[in-house]
Order: sequence, then C-alpha cells, then structure tokens
Amino acid sequence: MAPPEAAAAQSAPPGPDGPGDPAAPPAPVLEAVGVSKRFPGVVALDDVSFTLRAGEIHALVGENGAGKSTLIKILTGVHRPDEGELRLGGEPVAFHRPHEAQQAGISTIYQEVNLVPLMSVARNIFLGREPRTRLGLVDFRRMHRETAELLGGFGITADPRRPLHTLGIGTQQMVALARAVSVRARVVVMDEPTSSLEPREVETLFRVTGDLHARGISLVYVSHRMDELYRICDRVTVLRDGRLVHTGDLADTDRVRLVSMMLGRELARVRKEAAEGHDDGRTPAAEPVLTATGLSRRHLLDDIGLDLRPGEVLGLGGLLGSGRTETAKALAGALPLDGGEITVGGRRLRRISSAAAIRAGISLLPEDRKAEGIVPGLSVRENIVLAALPRLSRFGFISRRKQDRVVDIFMKRLRIKAAGPEQKVGELSGGNQQKVLLARWLCLEPRVLLLDEPTRGIDVGAKAEVQTLIDELAAEGLAVLLISSELEELVEGADRIVVLRAGSVAGELTGDDVTEGGLLTVLAETAPDAVPQPAPEAGDPPDAPAQAEAEAEAEDAPGAEGEPDGVPDPRKEDPR
Amino acid sequence: MTSFALPRGLDRPRLADALQRYGVYAAVLALLVFNGIFTDHFLTADNLRTQLVQVSPVVIVALGMALVIGTEGVDLSVGSTMALSGALLPLYLGYGLLPSLLVALLAGVVVGLVNGSLVSLVGLQPIVATLALFVGGRGLALVIADGQLKQIENTDLLSLGTDSVLGIPVVVLIAGVLAAMVAGLVQRTTFGRQLVAVGGNRRAAALAGLPVRRVLIGVYVICGVLASLAGVLATARLTASDPSSLGNLMELSAITAVVVGGTPLTGGSVRVLGTVFGALLMQLLHATLVTHDLHDSTAQMVQAGIILVAVYVARERRAR
Amino acid sequence: MKSLADTALPAPAGPPPPLTVTAEPRPSGRQRAAELLQRQGVLAVLVLLCVISSFLFDSFATLDNTRGVTIQASFLSIVALGMTLVIVTGGIDLSVGSVFALGGVVAAWASQYGFLPALLLPLVVCGAIGAINGLLVAKAGMAPFIVTLASLLGARGLLLALTHEGAKTYLVPRGSAFQKLGGGAVWGFGYPVLIALALFGLGGLLLQRTSFGQALFAVGGSGDAALLMGLPVARTKVLVYTLSGLLAGFAGALNAARLSSGVTIIGVGMELDAISAVVIGGTLLVGGAGSVSGTLWGVLLLGVIQNLINQIGSLNSSYQSVVSGGFLIVVVVAQRYLSAARRGT
Repeated sequence: MAPPEAAAAQSAPPGPDGPGDPAAPPAPVLEAVGVSKRFPGVVALDDVSFTLRAGEIHALVGENGAGKSTLIKILTGVHRPDEGELRLGGEPVAFHRPHEAQQAGISTIYQEVNLVPLMSVARNIFLGREPRTRLGLVDFRRMHRETAELLGGFGITADPRRPLHTLGIGTQQMVALARAVSVRARVVVMDEPTSSLEPREVETLFRVTGDLHARGISLVYVSHRMDELYRICDRVTVLRDGRLVHTGDLADTDRVRLVSMMLGRELARVRKEAAEGHDDGRTPAAEPVLTATGLSRRHLLDDIGLDLRPGEVLGLGGLLGSGRTETAKALAGALPLDGGEITVGGRRLRRISSAAAIRAGISLLPEDRKAEGIVPGLSVRENIVLAALPRLSRFGFISRRKQDRVVDIFMKRLRIKAAGPEQKVGELSGGNQQKVLLARWLCLEPRVLLLDEPTRGIDVGAKAEVQTLIDELAAEGLAVLLISSELEELVEGADRIVVLRAGSVAGELTGDDVTEGGLLTVLAETAPDAVPQPAPEAGDPPDAPAQAEAEAEAEDAPGAEGEPDGVPDPRKEDPR
Repeated sequence: MTSFALPRGLDRPRLADALQRYGVYAAVLALLVFNGIFTDHFLTADNLRTQLVQVSPVVIVALGMALVIGTEGVDLSVGSTMALSGALLPLYLGYGLLPSLLVALLAGVVVGLVNGSLVSLVGLQPIVATLALFVGGRGLALVIADGQLKQIENTDLLSLGTDSVLGIPVVVLIAGVLAAMVAGLVQRTTFGRQLVAVGGNRRAAALAGLPVRRVLIGVYVICGVLASLAGVLATARLTASDPSSLGNLMELSAITAVVVGGTPLTGGSVRVLGTVFGALLMQLLHATLVTHDLHDSTAQMVQAGIILVAVYVARERRAR
Repeated sequence: MKSLADTALPAPAGPPPPLTVTAEPRPSGRQRAAELLQRQGVLAVLVLLCVISSFLFDSFATLDNTRGVTIQASFLSIVALGMTLVIVTGGIDLSVGSVFALGGVVAAWASQYGFLPALLLPLVVCGAIGAINGLLVAKAGMAPFIVTLASLLGARGLLLALTHEGAKTYLVPRGSAFQKLGGGAVWGFGYPVLIALALFGLGGLLLQRTSFGQALFAVGGSGDAALLMGLPVARTKVLVYTLSGLLAGFAGALNAARLSSGVTIIGVGMELDAISAVVIGGTLLVGGAGSVSGTLWGVLLLGVIQNLINQIGSLNSSYQSVVSGGFLIVVVVAQRYLSAARRGT
C-alpha cells in the first residue's frame, strides 16, 4: 500500500516539463503511441496510448476483451501493431519476435507460468543463454550457483536442480520472475501474477516487486484484485473494449470510480437508475431446486454455498478471476472438487460428473463457446441434439423425424438464423452459435440452467433476444444462474445477486439492493484478508500472520526505497 | 500431379475445400478415363474384378481406421490383428467355419479392448497404445502358428475367397456391405454421431454428458473386429494362413486410404465413401503404373506425394 | 538510457531477505522413488536380467556372446539415438527404417568410388530426407506422424528405384577400407559397436550439455513457452529431423559395410523397434523428458531378450516380439502412473 503522500507527491500538479524540474514526471521508459490492432472480425486495440515511466509500478486494468492482453503482447513483441508505434527510452522500436523485446530489456511474466515444467529450475532460468565452459559446453555448476544466488536474493531456497513442476505455483512464479530479472530487464510486465498464489506467496511476490522497484525497474502490473493494485501500484491505465478510458495516478482514483470505469457504467447514471428500482413480476418458488454447500477447490473455490429456486434468475457477480466460472462448472459436475455437496430436488448428487449433473437436470452453457461448446464441423441440427441423442433415438438408431421436430421447434423459438438445420455451426455468427448451444440444453428440459456469459461476443440484436429468452425461461419455472461481466445485464436480468471475490462469497444483494450502485460497492470493497487494518467483516483467523506481514511490509518498503521524497530517480536512489 | 498446383488469385480455401471433398472421386474417375484410352484390356470386367478383389481387405481395414481417425486417434495394430486372426483361424476349422470365424473375430475384439482401454482409461497417446500390439500382435500370431504357413483345406472358408454371386466376388460383396454398414453406423446411430462429436471437440462432448470413454473403446473394438475379418478374408484368398506376411504394412495402406479419402487427421469427421475411394485410388494407381512398366518404386514415391498433398490440403482448410 | 540499464544489473546483492523465507517442501519419499524408478528402472531390469541369465545359461556371460549381442544392437542403437532426440521434441520419425535401408544401398553403390564417397553420400542423401521432414513439420505445420509416414514410403521407393526394383544388390569391394569399417574389430568388439558408443557419448553431451540440447527439451516440454522465451523453435525442429536422418543413414552405411552389400529388404519395421527402445528407455513420447543413456539400455534390453530367446532354443524367435510388445505396454502404463505420482497427484 503506497502511502498516499508518496503517491500524491508523484502526481503533483503537472508543472513545467523542464528536465531539471524535480516535480516533473520521470522520463518514460516504454511508450505505446496511438496503437491499434485488428484481428479478423475484431478490433482488439483502437488508438491506445500507454506510457510507462521510469521506476514506476503501473497498473493495467480492464475486463475481458478490454485489450489488456493484446497491449501486453504488443509491448512484448508477440504481436505487431497495425498502427502506431512503440518507443523505448524515447526511440521508436519495432519488435518482430518476443526474443527481440527481451533483448531490449522487456521481460514478461504470464498468468499461467510460462516455463517448461519438466526442466530444472536452473535450466529454465538460463534457457537460451546458458553459461558455457571453455569447451563450449553448458556450465551447470555456474548455472546452479547463479540460480541459487538469484533466488536467494528473493528470499527463496529451492534446489536449482529440481524439475520446475515439483515446486509450488508460487515458487514457480518466482522462478519466472528471476528469469525475467536476470536478463537485465528494464521493464517487467506481470500479467495477473497472483491469480493462482496463496496469500503467503503473494507476500513474497510483493517483497520481490518492491525490490525490483527499488532497483529502478519499471513494472506493468495487470490484476483484477483492487487491494493489490492500491497496495503496490503508482499509476493506473484503464482499458475498455479496446479503447483507452483513463490514465492517471492511482491515489486520485477511488475504488468505486475505478471499477465503474472498467465496467463502463457512469456513476451518476448508476445512482440515478438505482433510485428507480425494477420489478419483472416473477414469483420464485419458496423451495430451492438446487442447493450447494461448501464447494471448495484449492486455489479456485473456497467454501461456496448458494441455492437456486425455480422461477428465479440468480445473478453471480464478481470481477474476472473471482471464481464465477469455476462455481458454475462445479455445479455442472465439470470441475473436480476437494469438498462440497450439491443437492438437486432434494437428492444429493453422489458422483460428481457432467453426465450425472445432466441426468439430475443441471445444464451449463459454458463461457468458452468455441473450446467447450460447439462442435464446429457438425451441423446446426446435430449440435442441438448432441446431448439429447439417446432420447431422440430408438435402439441406438437416430430418428431423423424426432430430431427434425425438436430442431424445428427450437430454431423457431430461438430464432436461430442459419441457411438451414444442415448448415455447419462453425459458419454461423457468434450469436447464433450461442442460441444453438442454448437449444442444446433446452431440449434436455433441464430444471437448472447455468449460463456463463451468455451474451459475450454476440451482436446487440441477438443479445436482446437472449436476454428476453432468459426472462421467459425463468417465468416458465426454470431456475437460472446468470454470470455476466456486464453490470447492466446482471442487474436487469437477475432477481438476486451473489457476489464472489477471490473464490468465496463476498456478499448477496436482494430485492431493492439489486442495483448497479449496490453491486459496484460490493465489488470495490476491500477483501478482508488483505487489509492492514482490522477488517470490517472480521477477518478469518488463519490469515492473521499474513496480515501482520502485510502491515510490516507496508511500513517497511517505502522507507527502504527512499520513495517519499517524490520522484524516484533510479540513478540517485538505488541504495547500492 | 500438376492438377494440384493452385493458381494464385483463386480462392484458395474454397479450392482446398473442394479438393479435399471431391478430389478423390475426380482422381479415380480420371484414372479410369486415362486407362480407358491408353491402356489395353484395362476396362474389362475381369481386370476390374481383380482390382476390386485385391482392394477389398484394404477397404475393410480402412473403414475401421477411418472411425478411429475420426476420434483423433490412429490404430497401428491393424496389420498384426490380421495376422493374429489369420493364425487363429486354422486352429478351430475342425469345428467348422463358424466357430473358427468367431474365435478369429474375438481376437479382434480383445485387441480393440486393449487398445481402447489404453487410450481412454490410461490416457495414452493412440500411437503408443497401439504400437505395443503392433509389435506384440504379430509375434503372438507367429507363436500361435508356430511360425508355420498352414494350408487351408476347409472348403467353406476357401469358397469365401473364390466364390462369386451374380459375377461379383463374395469378398467384394462383403466389403461393400461393410462399407454400407459403417456409413450407416456413422450417419444413423447415436454411437456414430457421438463418435464424430468426440473427435470434433472432446471437451464439449464431455461437457454435454457424452460417454466419451465408452465411445473410444467401442471405436477401437470395431476397428479390431474389421481388421480381424479382413485377416480371415485375406487368408481365404491366399488359401493359406501366413502370419509372418499377412497384413504387413496394412496400417500404412489403411491410413493412406483414409487420409486420401478426405478424412482429416484432426478428427471430427468420417468420410466413409471417400475412404473406399481412397483405397480404390491407391489400388488403381498401382495397377496403372505397373501396366505402364513403372514399378513399385515409382508407385511408392507417388503414394508418398499423394499423402503429403492430401494432408497439406486438409491443413490449409483447417487454417481458414 | 544507459544509466537505466546499469541500474538494472541482475546482481541481487541487496540486504538479507526480510520476513519470510520460502522453503520448498522436499519431495515426498514416494515422489522420489517414482522419479528414481522412471530414470533408472530400465537399467535395473537390464542388469537383473543379465545376472539371472548368466546363472541360467552357461553360454550367456561369455565374451563371444557379449560381442554378438552388442554388434547386433549397435545399428539399431544409432537409429534409436536420432529417434530419442526427435521424440524429446515431442515429434516422431517413422522414416528411419526406410532411410536406414536407403543409406545402406547408397553406401554400397558409392563404395566402388572409394571410402569417402561411401561414407559421405549416404549422409548427404539421408540428411536431405531428414531436412525435408523437418521443413514440412516446422514450416508447413504438418503432423510429424504423417510427414514421416510419407517419407517412409518415399525413401523405400527411392531405394527400389536405385536397385532396379530390389533386383540389384550392390556389393562393397572386398578388402576395401569401407568394408573394414563394418567388419573390423578391437578385442573382438566390432567397429560399429565402438562407433555407436562414441555417438552415444556425443549424443549425451549434445542433449545434456549444449544449448541445442536445452532447446530440444524446451520445445518438447512446452512449445509455446519456448517460443515466448525467444528460442528458435522452427530451426531446432528442422535440425533434429535432419540429425535423425543422418544417424539412420549412417547406421545403414555401417550395416552395409558389415554385410559387404546393400541389402534392400532390411529396415522394415525398424522405426517401431527404435521407438520401442526409446520409450522403454524412459523417454516420454509427449516430449520434454528423456535421456540417450536410457535409450542405450532400452536397445540392449531388447537385444538381450532376443538373445535369451535364442538361447532357450525351444522357443522360436517370434516370442521376442511378444515379450517386447508386452514390455512396451508395461513400461508406458508404468510411465503414465509414475509421472502422475511424481506430480504428487
């Protein structure tokens, strides 16, 4: 948590830009100027500018599809921009391969540790630039020694000879960081480095980032965890739908405003709408059809419980990475659990598997339509009847007549626009693919329908149709769980919203509280286990040591780094 | 071969698509026309019958291979399975044709169960899983037959290889019926559609509650049974059980037929008629080259070229 | 600019790490046992088998028998060495059997022009076939399985074309230097055995102690990560298939020198023997892990099994493939579960 004074000093009113002026912002290390990037069918980045100053930790935030990943990939040489240019230390540069960006001092740590799991720690760190002996062979002794030193500098003792995959995820992340730093990096880009770390590992990571900061290395930090951003970052850039929304000092931007910028909802409008409330006249049954308790899975879910009543739409809210998709998958039997119980219509699911969940009447419309939903080479008809094949067959022979009848009903009802039932699904638009998948589940006549981002990436018309359909289905008595990153969709679609944060339930909105304002407030709240002060919701006891560490860290770091004086000029302030 | 050169400026993906879809039929037709004009005594009933009889075992094995490839797998053990069933066949001929036939087919079932379990339950790559029985299967066949070539004297069995119905050899009829059955299986049964879905997107299939493991095991069993049947028919044709050479390199011929027939190696589609024509194409090509005094060497190099073109075309289509 | 770079020196000579020190838990005993078994299991089986056999058969542990087994195994071992490198990158090379035979025929034909042509021409031809394989895999993005299947046929076709459809067998001139390369011996151990050992030494150095070797592991372990870490993935693949072609061709040439002729019918199915040996040797077929020493033990194990079946006498040689096939199943299934155990799941 950067002390407010420090941050304020950095963001001091933009004075004259003379290089000698102590109040002037430090020179940019890495800039992207007016960068655009198009992929077939999508504009991933539209005229985005991004400036990383020397020695700062710069937060890059935005929801799915905002263009963060594309921007990172452009900065690190994986993609080349269609328009605009990159500048490194003021000079225009063009990276053709990741290797060139690395040579220029830009290193990246990806969300999924991007190392080779079967190779040893030392080999991973020195891959592609192994030290040689006089005979030209790889000098393992030196490699192991330097690896131990490098990791030791981070406070980690791990045998450099151990295969990487035998280490914990947190340590693997540190190895990635060590590799990034040891290539003489000036800029380190960290793409959601904490998403799979334990609290203790997060602390170690932050200590290392503090260390890098002190050495004058600039960091780009991508994360959705508000607490982390406010704790370590100086400035923030917000992207949405491929456009730049905001760049500025983090200390000047309060949490609710930041979240509303990410989600694209104006605060004033949100507050106004909140007063109006809404009512759709649905009357959910009193008895839940599905009850889940204690769903847990290491790193992903922590004791999630919820219930779902026939005739209601339950919204599942939360920022990216909060465990929404995993919760839906767990309910649909597609995620192996460490613990927890799912009851449907009063009967506990014994074996948790997709087939068992489907038999019990739970259907999941998965988030990743391409990878987990459609079978692109098959026709619309076949994709619709896929899960219902056994029901539409006699003695294992498919009945085209039955199929055609079902397909006809659903193509009409969902208004699926295709050349005909025999057109390949891969050739349809996203919206129609999504409707085909909905039809696949509806023809099973489920009792519970889990919809994970049902309107993502589909055009406005289809979106409205899908939203209307969800309402109708609930009105017919189906229990619907709706996941959406769009506040508006969630608030308007849901009767009740359960909000997740870091894999556990953070709050629930019911009745008149189901407003965008209410949701924003819960989303922006601080997670209890990461606050230095006594947590408002009585933090869990097991995390107490982590809190103490966090506190000590927060007091320690800035002093050691000599930051409070304002502009961190690496030349003067490097303690060495 | 020059007909495969794609002129610049044309819609390459669409051309590749058409080539993958209809190329094999066009090529068979072209070969027949070519031979009709330039080769004496090629388009005679006798010659065509010979060609069909020779290609039948390949077609039968390739049908099973097409199913396996449709699930993104491959079965290297088909040749050894043929040898195994060929070796078992004479042992029980004393009890009559039917029992010995059943025993031979049972060998195919067992081979398929082993392969399918290794792939679906243990999670091995299909190449490795079926490699073990490729190596061991033929050895087992030789052990069973004691390394001996055995003459077949059972007339029922021999008539399978030599008889004709309405001028069509029984072997060809069986291959035709099996092709129709496999086509029906793929197009008209729950199992067939599930098979294609598993090959097209295994994660989606699992999430849709399909019995992925059962489908995979079933596919390898069918492939094993078809291979063992091909072994029986080939033995009947040869009038002798010869486990040391029966089905040698059959896996290559079958894979070639499937790939040339337009079934993508990436799974999700099974082209039964294409597979039959793929086998026919390779057979006719071989016959054509031989009658024109071009030898095995040329035939093999041309075969290699055709495989590469077929796979390259499929790849281009996928990249669209 | 410069000063910035200077401040980013990697030397972490900072203050002692504050607060927590992350000590990684030691791997559990089960994990370590699994690792040891996976790494040294074949060698253990090989040694055990040799010890038992030397008690059972008087003629097993003799110098003569050892010479016989090793010379038999030497050609396959050279082919399997190249296969190991390919499989470490997650690929496969089915063409080695044909390339082996082709190398022998080309060498025998060229031996009439002297020692060097007999040695170099097969390397050029077979290296070129390997390079084509590599280019099709790395640049055209085609599956290694199918590319090398095609070149299996292509190389065999080329061989037949060179030998008048297999009717012509080229002979290596008697008493030529090239013939001595295959037939000569030191203390009764044939040159091919010594050459194979030398090649395995070099191969081990290449795989374990050079940057190229590290790149092979990285490409097989995680191609995406290798690309993002800036490794020349495509070049590595082209090189490794070229190397496999070179080694298969060289083994074929050596074999021709030993047999004094370019036999046209050998090498059929050799690719699968090589793959079996590599897999039995503990190299993962999915790539990313493996060792050339394991492959050497794998080849020897197959050789010893064959030798034993010959010794027993009452068994015909077909038992060899039954045992090899059974062994292969046991090994791959065990590998599968061992690697699961090592991950601690």
